Amino acid sequence: MIASASMLAMEPMAGGPLKVLLLTSALLFTIGLVGFLSRRNMILMFLCTELMFQAAALAFVAFGRMHLDYSGQTFVIFILTVAAAEAALALALVVLLFRRRETLNSEAWAELHE
Amino acid sequence: MSALLHTICEMSIAALGATSAGAGTGASTALSTAAASLGAGPVPVAHGILPALVRPDLAWAGWIIGLPAISAIICGLCCALRIRNKLPALSTVVSFAVAFAMVLWLYRTLDPAQPVVIPLFEWIAFAWGDGPRHDLGGHFALYVDQLTLLWMLFVTGLGTLIAIYASEYMESDVGKGYARFFFGVSIFIVAMASLVMADNLVFLYLGWEGVGLASYLLIGYYYTKPSAVAAAKKAFIMNRVGDLGLAIGIFLIWTNYGSVEYSALFQAIQSVGDPAGGWDASLIPFCLMLGAFGKSAQLPLYVWLPDAMEGPTPVSALIHAATMVTAGVYLIARMYPLFMLHPDALATVAWIGGLTALLAATIGMAQYDIKRIFAYSTVSQLGYMFLGLGVGSTFGACYHTFTHAFFKALLFLASGAIMHGFAGQLDLRRLSGLRRVPGFTIVSWTMLIGCLWLAAFPFSAGFFSKDEILAAAMFDPHHGQPILAWMGLATAGLTSYYTFRVWFRVCAGPVMFVPGDDQHDPHDPHDPHGQHDQHDPHDAAHDDHAHGSNAAHAADAHGGHGGHGVASASAAGAAHGHGGLVAHAGSGFHPHAPRFAINGVLLALAIGAVLAGLPTYLVLSGQASENWIASMVGHSSAALGVPHAEGAGDAAHAHPHMLGMDGHTAMFVLSTIVGLTGIAIAWFLHLGNRRFADRLRGSMLRRGWIRWLPTAMEHKWYVDEIYHACFRMPAWVGGHLMHFLDRHFIDGLLVNGAGRIPPLLGRLFQPLYNGVLQGYATTMAGAVALILAWIVWKWVAGGAA
Repeated sequence: MIASASMLAMEPMAGGPLKVLLLTSALLFTIGLVGFLSRRNMILMFLCTELMFQAAALAFVAFGRMHLDYSGQTFVIFILTVAAAEAALALALVVLLFRRRETLNSEAWAELHE
Repeated sequence: MSALLHTICEMSIAALGATSAGAGTGASTALSTAAASLGAGPVPVAHGILPALVRPDLAWAGWIIGLPAISAIICGLCCALRIRNKLPALSTVVSFAVAFAMVLWLYRTLDPAQPVVIPLFEWIAFAWGDGPRHDLGGHFALYVDQLTLLWMLFVTGLGTLIAIYASEYMESDVGKGYARFFFGVSIFIVAMASLVMADNLVFLYLGWEGVGLASYLLIGYYYTKPSAVAAAKKAFIMNRVGDLGLAIGIFLIWTNYGSVEYSALFQAIQSVGDPAGGWDASLIPFCLMLGAFGKSAQLPLYVWLPDAMEGPTPVSALIHAATMVTAGVYLIARMYPLFMLHPDALATVAWIGGLTALLAATIGMAQYDIKRIFAYSTVSQLGYMFLGLGVGSTFGACYHTFTHAFFKALLFLASGAIMHGFAGQLDLRRLSGLRRVPGFTIVSWTMLIGCLWLAAFPFSAGFFSKDEILAAAMFDPHHGQPILAWMGLATAGLTSYYTFRVWFRVCAGPVMFVPGDDQHDPHDPHDPHGQHDQHDPHDAAHDDHAHGSNAAHAADAHGGHGGHGVASASAAGAAHGHGGLVAHAGSGFHPHAPRFAINGVLLALAIGAVLAGLPTYLVLSGQASENWIASMVGHSSAALGVPHAEGAGDAAHAHPHMLGMDGHTAMFVLSTIVGLTGIAIAWFLHLGNRRFADRLRGSMLRRGWIRWLPTAMEHKWYVDEIYHACFRMPAWVGGHLMHFLDRHFIDGLLVNGAGRIPPLLGRLFQPLYNGVLQGYATTMAGAVALILAWIVWKWVAGGAA
C-alpha cells in the first residue's frame, strides 16, 4: 500500500461524492456497452470500448480516493498508457479492414467465424 | 568317453588315497565315522560347517562358467554369419571338456572339509545404513564345497558327452538350427554352472532362471511345430510358479538372517538357529520347496516335464533328465539346514517325493511313446530323490542323482538313436527286435544296461542308490517314513516293469518296425514320406503279431500300399523273429544306423553308469571304508541338517533289524524280489506272450468295473485335463471377461465416452458462434450480468441471514 502523508491527513471519502463518482462510472460503462451492442460501425464500436475503459478508470480513482490509496491512481496511469497504445493498434486495424472491404460495417467480416 | 572313465578312476583313486593316507589330512579324520553295513551307512556328520576360506588365487575357476559363455558367443556368431559346418558343436564340446577338466582339478586339489569362496567380481553391493538388515551383498563369487563339485562333475562331464552325441544327432540341421541348438546348450551349461557354483542365493537365482530360459529355448527348438511351442510355454509358465516360491524364500532368508551369501548364512543359522519370533522363518523351507518342486517336476508342478520331450533328444537327456531337473535336489541339499526350521518341512518333501514317484510310475506304465515313458520315469526317480532328502538321507538323494544322471542320460540317448534311425518313430508298438537290426546292436545293449540300472537290478548302481533312500525311509530314527518306504518299494516294482516293457518291446522279439514321419533326412530318396501308416495306432500292437504268424496275410494287407514302410522279418510261416532281415516288398525304408559319435557316447555312458556303482563296490570289496560320495555329501552343507545325529545312538541307527536280517540286507532282498518280479512280468507280457498282453488289455477294457484303470493311466490320470479345468479354463474365462470389460467399459464408456463430451457441448453451443460481433458481446455481457446478479443475490441473502 502506497500512502503519502498528505493523503493520510485527509479524511477517507464516503457518502455523496463517492456515489456521484461511481454512478458516473456506471453511466459511462452502460453508454459504452449499449453503444457497442447497437452500432455496426467499427470506429464507433471502438470508441464505445474506450468509454467502458474510462468508466473502469474512473471507478479505480474513486475507490483509491475512498481508501486513501494511490494504487487506484497508479492503475489509471497504466490504463491510459495501454489505452493509447491499443487505440493506435485498433485504428490501424480498422484502416486495414476498411481497405479490404471499403466499408466500416463489422458485419462485413461475419464469415471470419468459419 | 575316455574323459569320463578318467574321472571315475580318479575319483576312486582319490577315495582310496584318502583312506590309505589315514589321519594325514583333515578329510580322513571326518571320514573315520564308522561306515555301517554295506557302506551305505549314515552320512558322516560334520561338526558344523566351517566358515568358507576366501581364495582369490583360484579365480581361474570362473572360466568353468566363462568358457561355455564364450562358446555361446561363438555359436551366436555362427548363427549370425550363417556358418554351415560343425564349428558350434566343436566349440561347445571343447569348452565343456575344458570346464570338466577344471572341475576335476578343483576336486583333486581342494581340501574336502574346507568350503572355499572364490570371488570373481562385485555385482550387487547395497548398503543403506549401519547395522543388520541394512545391506545386501550378492557377488559373482563361487562357493565350492564337495556338494558343488559332485554336481559340477556330472553336469560338465555329461554335458561334454551329450554335446558330442548331439554333434551327430543334430547334423541334419547343420546350417539351419545347428548353431542355435548349441547356443542353447552352451547357455544352459553357463546357467547350470552359475546355479551350482554360486556363492549366494541371488546368483543361484540368476542361474536358476537361466536354466529355465535355456530349457524354454531348447524345448521350443522345433518352433514350427505347435506342440513344441506349447510345451515350451507350459514348461516356462509352470516353472514361474515354482520360481515365485524360490524368490519369496530368498526374500525371507534375507529378512530373517540378513544375508543371502551361503557362508554367512550357514554361520548365522549355526549361531542363531531359528530366529526368535520370526513366524515367516518357518515359511522359508516351504517357499524353497515350491521352487524345487517346480524345477524338478514334482507334484503338483510335474506336468511340464513329459511335454518337454518335444525338444531334441540330447536336450531331453541333458536338461530334462540328468542335470537341470536335479537343481531342485541340489537346492534342498544345499539349503538343508534351513529345512530344519519347520518340523513338517522334511516330511512334506518326503511325501511329495514318494507320491510323485508312485504317480509318475503308474502313468509311465501305460504310455506308448518311449521318450514319454522315460520322462515319467525321470519324474518318478526325482520323486525318489526328494523322498531321500525328506527322510534325512541327503547322501542317498545325491547318490541317486549321480547314478540316475548316467543311466537316464544313457536311456534317453539310446531312444534318441532309435528316433534318429527310424525317422522319429518312438511308439513302442511299432518297433520290435531292434537288437537284430544291423547298426542298432550297441544301442540295444547299452539301452539294456540303462534299463537294468533304472530298474534297480541287483548290484547295479541304481540299485544301491535307490536302496540307500528306501533304507533311510524305512529305518531312519528321526525322519523315517515306513509307509513311504513301502510305497517306494512298490514303485520300484512298477519301475522295473515299465522299463523292461520298453526294452522287451523295442529291442527284443521279432524284427518289425514302422518308420515315423519325420523328414530327418531329406536327401534320402527312399524315405517313404507321405506314405504314412494307415493303421489305427491302437491296432498296431495286434498287427505285429499278424505279421509274425501269418506273413501271407501281411503281404496281402500291405502289398497294395507300395512303400508302406513296414519291414517284417518274418517270412511266411516262420516263427517269431527267426526269418532274418527281409525287407518287406515295396518298403524303401532303411533304418539310419547311428555312427561313431552316437555309439561312442552310448558306450561311454554305459561304462559311466557301471562305474557309478564303483563307490559302493569298493566298500563292498573292503577296499574303501566309506562310500566317497557319502563323504562328499557329508562334508557339505547337506550334512549339517541331519540333526542330533552326533549324539543319537549310532547302534539304533546303523543296525536296524527287519525280517530277522540286518536292515540294509533286508532292504536289498526286498527290492531285489520286487525288481525281479517287475522284470519277470514285463518279460511275460511283452516278450514271451505279447498276444496275452493284448488280450488282457482288451478284456480289461471290456469289463466295466476295471475299464477306468487302464484308461485313466493311459490318459495320465487326467491330470492335464484337471489342470485345464481348474486353472486354464478359469484363466481363459477371466481373460475374456477382462477383455470384454476393457473393450466395452474402460475403452467404450470411460475413454471414448469422455472423448465424446466436448463435441457434444460444442454442438450445443455452436449457434452462439455466428460471426456477429454484437452477438458475442451480448452473450458475454449477459453472462457477466448473470454472474453479478448471482453474487449480489448471495451477498444480499448472506447479509440478511
